[in-house]
Parts: sequence; structure tokens; C-alpha cells
Amino acid sequence: MKKASIIMIIGSLLLLGLFKFPLWNIMLGAPQYPDPLGMNIHIDGIKGVSEFDLQNIDGLNHYIGMKTIPKAEEMWEFSVFPKVILGMALLGVIIGLLGYLNKVSYKYFLGWFVLMSVLGILGMYDFNNWLADYGGNLDPHAIIKVTNPDGSPMSYKPPLIGFKKLLNFDVTSLPHTGGYLMFIGMSFTLIAFWLGRKTSVKKIT
Amino acid sequence: MKNILTSSIAMLVILLGFTGCNNGNQSGGKSGALSNNIAEKVYVAPGEYDSHYAFISGGYSGNITVYGLPSGRMFKEIPVFSQFATSGYGYSEETKPMLNTSHGFVPWGDSHHPDISQSKGELDGRWVFINENNTPRIARISLTTFETEEIIEVPNSAGNHSSSFVTENTEYVVAGTRFSVPIPQRDMPIKDYKGNFQGALSFISVAPETGNMDIKFQVLMPGFNYDLSHPGRGKSHGWFFFTTYNTEEASTLLEVNASQNDKDFIAAVNWKKIEEYVNNGGGKMMPANYAHNLYDEHTHTATSTIKKEVRVVNPIDVPGAVYFIPTPKSPHGCDVDPSGEYIVGNGKLSANLTVHSFTKMLDAIEKEKFAGEAYGIPILNFEDVLAGVVEQPGLGPLHTEFDGKGNAYTTFFISSEVVKWKIGTWEVIDRKPTYYSVGHLTIPGGNSGKPQGKYMFAMNKITKDRYLPTGPEMEHSAQLYDISGDKMELLLDFPTHGEPHYAAAMEASIIKEQSQKIYKLADNKHPYAAKSDADTKVVRDGNEVHIYMTTIRSHFSPDNIEGVKVGDKVYFHVTNLEQDFDVPHGFAVLGQNNSELLIMPGQTKSSVWEPKQVGVWPFYCTDFCSALHQEMQGYIRVSAADSDVPIKWSLGEDIE
Ligand SMILES: [Cu+2]
Repeated sequence: MKKASIIMIIGSLLLLGLFKFPLWNIMLGAPQYPDPLGMNIHIDGIKGVSEFDLQNIDGLNHYIGMKTIPKAEEMWEFSVFPKVILGMALLGVIIGLLGYLNKVSYKYFLGWFVLMSVLGILGMYDFNNWLADYGGNLDPHAIIKVTNPDGSPMSYKPPLIGFKKLLNFDVTSLPHTGGYLMFIGMSFTLIAFWLGRKTSVKKIT
Repeated sequence: MKNILTSSIAMLVILLGFTGCNNGNQSGGKSGALSNNIAEKVYVAPGEYDSHYAFISGGYSGNITVYGLPSGRMFKEIPVFSQFATSGYGYSEETKPMLNTSHGFVPWGDSHHPDISQSKGELDGRWVFINENNTPRIARISLTTFETEEIIEVPNSAGNHSSSFVTENTEYVVAGTRFSVPIPQRDMPIKDYKGNFQGALSFISVAPETGNMDIKFQVLMPGFNYDLSHPGRGKSHGWFFFTTYNTEEASTLLEVNASQNDKDFIAAVNWKKIEEYVNNGGGKMMPANYAHNLYDEHTHTATSTIKKEVRVVNPIDVPGAVYFIPTPKSPHGCDVDPSGEYIVGNGKLSANLTVHSFTKMLDAIEKEKFAGEAYGIPILNFEDVLAGVVEQPGLGPLHTEFDGKGNAYTTFFISSEVVKWKIGTWEVIDRKPTYYSVGHLTIPGGNSGKPQGKYMFAMNKITKDRYLPTGPEMEHSAQLYDISGDKMELLLDFPTHGEPHYAAAMEASIIKEQSQKIYKLADNKHPYAAKSDADTKVVRDGNEVHIYMTTIRSHFSPDNIEGVKVGDKVYFHVTNLEQDFDVPHGFAVLGQNNSELLIMPGQTKSSVWEPKQVGVWPFYCTDFCSALHQEMQGYIRVSAADSDVPIKWSLGEDIE
């Protein structure tokens, strides 16, 4: 159980990587942008991969009537997410410590994982909604209007994950370092649960 | 007399044709190219980069053109000494001061010898220097922005030709005078030239961090013509060598009268010795009048200061600082090999190539073996200093460069060829024709201790029959050779712009990495910058109207302006708000007696318009910037001089 608890603590602490590294990354490449434009989504705001990428993405997007990329203060998520991540990391560490002292059972590790997964899925859902709004809620006075074959206005929603062609742009959306650290951290807590279960089963037999 | 000379040169050419050196025929070159895959050696596939930058002087264009090697593609023309309507250089308010001189605004120059800055004898890719021959000046061009940042006029100089070569740590850039003149300038009979005219060799210090130039001292030499120069390097670092002609000091029909002496001189100048003398207070300040023009990258603006004195040194006041090395016959090129030991003086009327030894020179100086003196300057014995002679290599030797592998390459103007010879044995190894009348040649890193001897290109004065004709005038040509093997191999002909007088070239890596892509708007300190649409405004100040304008794809702000009157002096101060690589905007207004502006991302440029007719006049963006470039336009209303239309402007809403 001691080993499992330590893994639980490490796993929870890995979440803190999100305060330094971006959660997600969206890259936009096109023939006239041999160095692709990109945005990094941090838990506390969106930043350009290079210094002026956001300005240049906004400059391009105004042709098709997309809104400018929101500033951190324009979205509630960017003030709530850091608190949630910090809270979950703390909670994980506390559970891990209590587990170490045999005050709580390994089942709490799974509980933490389930809670984190639910929050993560909610976060992804929220992120996807934002992408849909960003790509689809277009200015009716847009200079260029492109329609789908059925006549409906084209959406420029970037993919939640993976690759999509948007007009002349190749858009790739993938987790970034902070996101990977979070996934690794979460799998650590799952391992902690599994290890904890194994040792407690051993004790019983 | 003239006829005899011309016909004897013609005879020599014919003789040379008979006596050997069959240059191979040019029609064979084409099949050769196919069978040898030469095309592949210069082919740079789409999206790939050339391996070298070449900075080719434009001669009478006054500018520099930037080429890629081995493709021979021209990337850019950098305006230096001439107005350049393409970008507004020399037309915009910010850049007009760059062309200021003691003679006032000079819109044209004759650029000759570019040289790249060095550290420890190697090219460091920070700056290119280039001289202006006609109104003597030296310019410094940044290789970060590829913009001319500084121009200093050289007083007491006339025909700034033996210039602008740099010492091995860029301590100095030198400016020797081609024409000797009265110093200080005065009204006097030309026939009294001899003994009264003088030649100034200027040593311009370069500040290590900023590159800022300052004339540290001028050596006032006898009234010869100082033709070309090269710094010593390695063992001869601290010395500078200048070829001279017209040691006869003739002032008329120089073709004949300056070609009488069997030998002219190479002037060897120990600049370290003179520097020490000057640092100890030597020399004297002389009244002078010259402009120093400096461009500030943050204000995007140049300022011109007129300086009023210069420090001059009489060479006989510094014993041991200057010597004359006799060199046959009207030497032109003056080239020092990478080790610094050999000084090649190409007598352009001599049948042989003369190579002097630096070690022997020092030895002769130490033993005080002098043949005599000229105006108090010791003359060494030709034989005492001679390292060797390349016998009968061709006709009309001009310039020599080195490949760093013990070989030298010399151009021959009259016999139109490049000859490769071996340093030390002085034997000719190879020769290749040029098309035609070659002047300089360049090996990347050639004027440094570390030549990058893969390519060599020759720059020709005549192009006939090499390209599709373009009327009586054709662009000159350059020819690229692969010199990595024993024999030179002609790879490519490519046209150059202006007169490709000389070039400096180096491997692309350092320059490419440091090249600036935009100007940061946050760093823009231009006094009339508008850094956002909120800063835009129109301000009247007497009969001056200042328009603070911004550009971004695809609009001007403001785009409607009223209240301007006939007789006003209207300043358009245009700031490009883009922060994206290679997205300039242009600006032009109908009837303007000026050029367009081309404004780089983050930059501000100003243009003056003096409307003479009432009306509503359009202005527009001249650089195709986006899908809506054609919509990037606006109007300015001009009312009668006595009208009372107030100043108003708008963007996106009607003017109230
Ligand atoms: Cu434009």
C-alpha cells in the first residue's frame, strides 16, 4: 500500500504540469504559411505558439467572420480551470498521504480517478462547445461566405482531436505537454489503485 | 600615339590567340553541360535554399543586389547610395537624410566594393560595407535587416575607389582616394598638380557592438592615384596595402602620360603604428566638412550630422609607418593571400603577375635596404621584396582571389579569362574563358583568412550573345564556376543588375539564421507612429497637415480625409500594423511628386504630398497584400486655399 500511495501522490502532482505547459495545441498550416500558425491552450488562457500567431490568426479569420480568439478574462473557464486542477492535485496528494498512513483504502484512488475523468470529460465537452461556437458563430457581414453543398453556411470548427482540412488550412488539434502529463498522472492513479488492490488482496489471503 | 597603343594591344591579343592557351570553344559548353550533369549542380529545387549569399555591387546603380549561389537567383536589391522608388528609400522623409552630403542631397552614387565584416579573420555576417566612388562615402548595411544603416562621407577624398575593405576584426574599414586633389580643396591651376595635390587614405573605425563608423585618421600621401587595397591578415595583420598608378603625377591624357613609368608602387601602410601615434595625440585636426548619416531601426528614421574636422597624419611624421613597393606596371588589383604572406600586385599593363613577400618586405625594412624615397617615403627594392612571378599568364591582369587550398585565381580583362595558379610554384594550373571582359571575381570568404573555396564567380563587363538581346543595352553577366576540383568548371551564366563591380559572398547559415522577419510594433519609436487604429488622427499645424495613418489587411485608417487645402504640405505618416513576415503595405496618392512608400510590418514611413489642385483624390495600397487588396484604398479631399472646410477624418462611418 505504501508503494501505491507514493504513485498516487506522484500521479496527482503531475497535474501541476498544466500550470507550466499547455493542455492542448491547435496548428494551422497552409501553403502561404510554411511556418504554421498555432495556438496553445493553457488552463489559464490561449497563447500563440509564436509571438504574433494569435494576431495573425485573427487577421485571417476576419475574412470569414470568425470572432477574435478570446482573451483569458473573456472566458470563465480560464479562471475556474486552474482552481479545479489545483484542487484535484491537492485532493490526490491528501488521499495518497492518508493511504500511506493506512487511513483510507485504495478504493479512494479509484474514486479520485473517476472524479477526475468526469471533470475531464466535462472539460472536453466544454472545449468542444467553444470550438463549435468559435468556428460556427460567424459575423453575418463576413466578407467571404462559403456554404456546404446543401447550402448551409460552412463551419470552421477545428477538430477536437486530430486533423481536419478547413478551406486552404490543414488544422491539427492534439494534446500538448501539460495534457500528456495529466493523462500520465491519471494513469498513475489508476496503477496506484490496482497496486493497492493487489497488496490488500494479498494481505487478506 | 593613341592609335599605336590600341593597335599594339590588338597585336598582343592576336599573338596570344596564336601562342597557345586554347580556351576551348563555347559551343561545346552546351553538350558538355548535359553530359556532365552541370545543370544539377546549380539546380535548387522549389522550396529549397541556396547554400550561399552573394552581395553584388550595382556599380552605377549605386546599390547592392543579393543573389543566391549556386542558383544565380536574385533575391533583393538593397538601396544604398541611390534613391529607390520601389521602397521609397531616399524619397521618404525618414530616409532622405541618408543621402545627405556636404554637397547637399545627392540622389545617386557609384557603389564599388562590398566587404563583409570579420571577426578573427573570418566572415561574421553582421554587416556589409560598400564604398561610393563619385561622392566619396562608405555605407554600412545590416545583414539582420538588409537595410542601409549608416553612411559616412569621406572628406579630402576624390573617387573613393580603394575601398571599402575591412581589417580582420573589422577594426577599420578603409577608404583610399583614386584621384589626388588639393587638400584642403582650393582654386589652383590644374597644371600645377605635381607636388601640390595629395591623396588621402582614410581609416574609418568601426564600433564593435553597433558598427558605428568614425574617421579615426587620414594619411595624406603623395599625389598618386590610389586604386585598390587589401588589408594584411594573419602575420601581416596591422598592415594595409594600396596599389597606385600615375606615380608620374600627370594631370592630362593619363592613358599615355600615366603609363610611362615601368613601375608604380604598392603603398604598404602600418596602420597599427599610425593608430598608436594617433592614440598618443599625434596628427592634427584639420577643418573639414562631411556628413555622417545614421539610421535608427527603432525610430525608423535617419539623421544627418555635418562634421567639421578630421584628424590628418603626415606619413613622414611617423617613421616606419609607410613604404613603397615597386610594382610593374600601373597595378590595379592588390590582393593578399589567406596566410597574409603574399601580396599580389596585378600590373594591368604588365605581361607578368608580380607577387610580393611580406616576410621579405619586413626583412628589407629592417636592413634599411632602400632604393630611394618619394616625398620622404622610403622605396624598397623590387627584387628584395619579390616572392615570385607568374610568367605570361594572360593579358590585362586585374584581380586575384584565393580558394584556401593554396591556389589563386586571377582575372584577365583583355584576354577575358580566369587563370588558376599555384601559390609558391607560380605555375599556371588551369584557365577558363569568361564572356566577356571580366573585372572582379569572388570566392565566398575570399577576402578573409578562411576562404570557402567551392564556388567562384567572375563578373563581366560585356554580355553580348549570351542572353536574348534586350536592345543596345544588356545587363552585365556573372559566371559561376565550380572550383572544388583541379580544373574550374563553368556552371552558370546569370545576369546581374547595374555594373557587377565586385561582390562579397559567404555561406548562408549565419545570415539566414539572424535575418529579421518583422519590426516589432511595440519597439516602434517613430514620433508619428500610430500603433493602433485608436491612435490615428489628422492634425493641422499651420499649413502642415500630419496624417497619422495605419494599414492592416485590407484597409487604411482613416480612409476618408477632408479639410486639406491647396498649398498645404501634407505628411502621410503610415504605420503598418501587421506583425507577420513578408506582409508589407504600400502607399501612393494621385499626383504626388514623390515615390510610393513600401512599409514593412511594424514600421512607420512618411511621405510628403503638396496638393496643387482641388478635388477628391484617391490613395491606395501598392503592394498586393490580401484577397481584398484592391479594396485597400481611400480618399483625400482637397479644398481651395481660402476654403474653411475643417479637418475631418473617418473610417467605416460617414464624416460628420
Ligand atoms: Cu495592402
